[in-house]
Amino acid sequence: MENISVISPLSTRIAAQSHFRTLRLPSPFQPRIEALAKTQDWYDWAGYKAPNSLWDSELEYFAIRSQAALFDISPMVKYRIEGPDAEACLNRITLRDVVKLKPGRVHYTAWCDDEGHVLDDGTLFRLTDEKFRLCCQELHLPWLLDSACGFDVRIEEETEAVAGLALQGPTSFALLRDAGFAGIEKLKPFDLADFPHENGMVTISRTGFTGDLGYELFVETSLALSLWDRLWQVGEHRGLRAIGYQALNRARIEAGLIVANADFSTAEHALRADRVRMPDEIGLGFMVDVEKGHFNGRAAIIKARQNTTMRHVLVGLEIEGNIPAEHAIVYHRKKREVGLVSAAIWSPTAKRNIAIASLSRPFGDTITDDLWVEIYAMRELKYERLMKRAKIVPRPFIKLDRRSANPPADF
Amino acid sequence: MKIWDAIIIGGGHNGLVNACYLQRAGLDVLVVEKNDWVGGAATSRELTPGFLYSNCSYVCSLFRPEIMRDLELPRFGLQVISYEGGAVFTRDGDYLANYRDHHAHRREFARFSPKDAGAYDRYARDVTRQCRFIQPLLMRTAPDPTSLKPRDLGELLYLAKKFAGLGAAEMAQTLRFWTMSISDFLDEYFENDVIKANFALSGIIGTALGPMSPGTAYVLLHHYMGEVDGSVGAWGYARGGMGAVTRALADSFRASGGTIRTGAAVEQVLVKGGKAIGVVLDGGEEIRGKLVVSNADVKRTFLKLVEEKELPEIFLRRVKNFKIRGSSGKVNIALDSMPEFPALPKDSPVYRGDMHFTDSIERMERGYDDWKAGRWSADPFLDMVIPTTLDPTMAPPGKHFMSCFVQYCPPKVEGRDWTDADRDGFAETVISQIADYSPGFRDRIVHMEVRTPRELEAEVGLTEGNIFQGELTFDQLLFNRPVPGYAQYRSPVGGLYMCGSSTHPGGGVMGAPGRNAAAEILRDLSLGAKHMSPAHDVI
Repeated sequence: MENISVISPLSTRIAAQSHFRTLRLPSPFQPRIEALAKTQDWYDWAGYKAPNSLWDSELEYFAIRSQAALFDISPMVKYRIEGPDAEACLNRITLRDVVKLKPGRVHYTAWCDDEGHVLDDGTLFRLTDEKFRLCCQELHLPWLLDSACGFDVRIEEETEAVAGLALQGPTSFALLRDAGFAGIEKLKPFDLADFPHENGMVTISRTGFTGDLGYELFVETSLALSLWDRLWQVGEHRGLRAIGYQALNRARIEAGLIVANADFSTAEHALRADRVRMPDEIGLGFMVDVEKGHFNGRAAIIKARQNTTMRHVLVGLEIEGNIPAEHAIVYHRKKREVGLVSAAIWSPTAKRNIAIASLSRPFGDTITDDLWVEIYAMRELKYERLMKRAKIVPRPFIKLDRRSANPPADF
Repeated sequence: MKIWDAIIIGGGHNGLVNACYLQRAGLDVLVVEKNDWVGGAATSRELTPGFLYSNCSYVCSLFRPEIMRDLELPRFGLQVISYEGGAVFTRDGDYLANYRDHHAHRREFARFSPKDAGAYDRYARDVTRQCRFIQPLLMRTAPDPTSLKPRDLGELLYLAKKFAGLGAAEMAQTLRFWTMSISDFLDEYFENDVIKANFALSGIIGTALGPMSPGTAYVLLHHYMGEVDGSVGAWGYARGGMGAVTRALADSFRASGGTIRTGAAVEQVLVKGGKAIGVVLDGGEEIRGKLVVSNADVKRTFLKLVEEKELPEIFLRRVKNFKIRGSSGKVNIALDSMPEFPALPKDSPVYRGDMHFTDSIERMERGYDDWKAGRWSADPFLDMVIPTTLDPTMAPPGKHFMSCFVQYCPPKVEGRDWTDADRDGFAETVISQIADYSPGFRDRIVHMEVRTPRELEAEVGLTEGNIFQGELTFDQLLFNRPVPGYAQYRSPVGGLYMCGSSTHPGGGVMGAPGRNAAAEILRDLSLGAKHMSPAHDVI
């Protein structure tokens, strides 16, 4: 095994010294995004300067659901995992069976420490038989390298080397076709393929974080701007708008998707021992493939299932009224505290007040009735306190046929 | 003859904290200090015109915020200013910086090792978990595990519960952490030598142990469990030098009616019928007090100030064997201009942080080898700061005060006493190390104060110049500090208490020993501790 854990040579190190002058890195798309950033409303995404909104987050949201929205996902942490044992190695690291993930396919997965506590969730792209890309929220190089001991595999972080764009919304397919990506109609959900762009290739997958028809495009950073321009040129007739995180966040809540360190605490960041979660406790139990052989955390998960020691459950809630219940406490019979809402919005698409919440079992598990949330709505310097009934509902909160239609429609 | 309610021997920070609390509880308290100034090892002194020297302790993090508030220290001028991380210079002309910004910190580590950059979060999580375990213990009297008193049992139960509250893995981790070497601990997270050296320094500061000696991982924790305004682990400068801490304490003490006598060295604690009744000063003057509290270290207190015949044999033997070995020195420098470090970009924030030149654990350990042989390290470890980059009060504009903490430095040179020539040789070793990284450094020096264990013991009174009043090894912590059976600030002599860093929770400018001792004294006097706010919650 040859792990990459370079002690960089002096010249490389010295060349990198000046990073302290730019605390928030620009994305490879920064020139284009800056030009569109009318609100100048930025946030820190893993050390990158990323837009919260660009002109109006509500209207940006509607671009996702009605036209096509372009969201820069370059700051997402990306690892390249390559080698004859890449499949076996990833099978040992992640929860799902990677043997079932064929080249040209993507799956949503997660990985745990030895105690079965979730380290992160993310998407695994099988680019070729021996080449994978793992996309996630947190940094895992030491964990991946240590887990790769004994496997013939090379693991490298490629976050800065690979730019990414999410193109989401009803017209996203038509837009890509207009942009000349021949054969794009063949991509079914979770398919990926390489398409020529300039003197290189762009990897396009039919994936996304919105629950809508959509694609994700990955390209080496030197081709980033030309890719943006290629989409933008044909985008005008397809209603293309660039968006910031607030709009995306609404869409992802409607899609019922969770965010690491927002909806659950990752094991490497949890200071308090009771904050860690097993997959079954955050709705990811379906990923766990106990039949596939050893993987990190397997024994602990099996034991916890046998002994029924899992203490939490993540649920979707539908709440009376229209006031978002963000970070509200969940009660049983209005009295007993049983959980916390981690994300909540009024859903414009479902026309419902929805939330993602973590509950302490048996609440949310065997006891699902008589749940309430206590909403503190700050209105002109006064908390309006509301006790609203909450009902457990399945996620996603919205289901759009266009997301999985084959071939996709024009809009 | 006046009989004081309490006489405090030594006006160091813990003596003053203790005095303040006792005075505020209604006692009539006298602090006697041998020097002509108060402060002990937390002083600011103008040793050359225009330059204020933090000539012993030089940075602040551990000082408990509860004490600052209780004693109204901000009203008496105390300000603590956070500073930027710092750097280790490498021999190949680079440096590894510690930036406050999380992402900059990560990117900086990635310059040396992408893997270690990713490991930092896990390291920070584990160290923070240990800090969270220990923080609530700082402001509590350690239980006596041999006692059946309800309070000791209660405190033991508290400890046990806290311990049981850790998961099985954390419990094992805690036991390992308290006993393992910092080098072994860091090996569990990092692979790069420079990155390991960067963290290891906190495991050896003030300690006569090398980074490969068991027990040094805890010393690192001791340096991480402080805070600046809730930012746990952060370090800052006291504005006006570390003397600002003790000046504020002294002013607070006087404002509440307390009395300080400087230039009053205690020669002996007066004991009558097994009870302390006062002190005798150097010139023979007797001062009477209902109780006596010693801020001096446990060795100085019981081997110099109390007659042996007054002490139980086992206690005496343990005090004699208490480890309080001198391991460090100090070189304080007035500079007529800002030194330049060609390896460091001119706009680097590192100038406002702590700088080091030891880029591997092996070099640190070799430095310790010299100490074991009775020599100061030929290639010493320096913790160097320039507080005037953030504090305009310590030097004229454009000029700077530099503080260099130097390790290792033995209490005796190859078995004999230090001479002035030794001291100068020691200083030269330090200056030449700095000059290796900062050309022209010597030409900027206006004035210099060199302090070996000889000077630290003679002036401050710290036995062997040990900055913690006794090493912070597991055998000398909690209910074993300073010695088993006497960890609750009382001594075998009735009415004689200890309040210095020799007691739980140990050294550093923390104030907790002084406050905890005051709580015990007030308990013995059946006086409430209403002027003492509860320790901050760790949630």
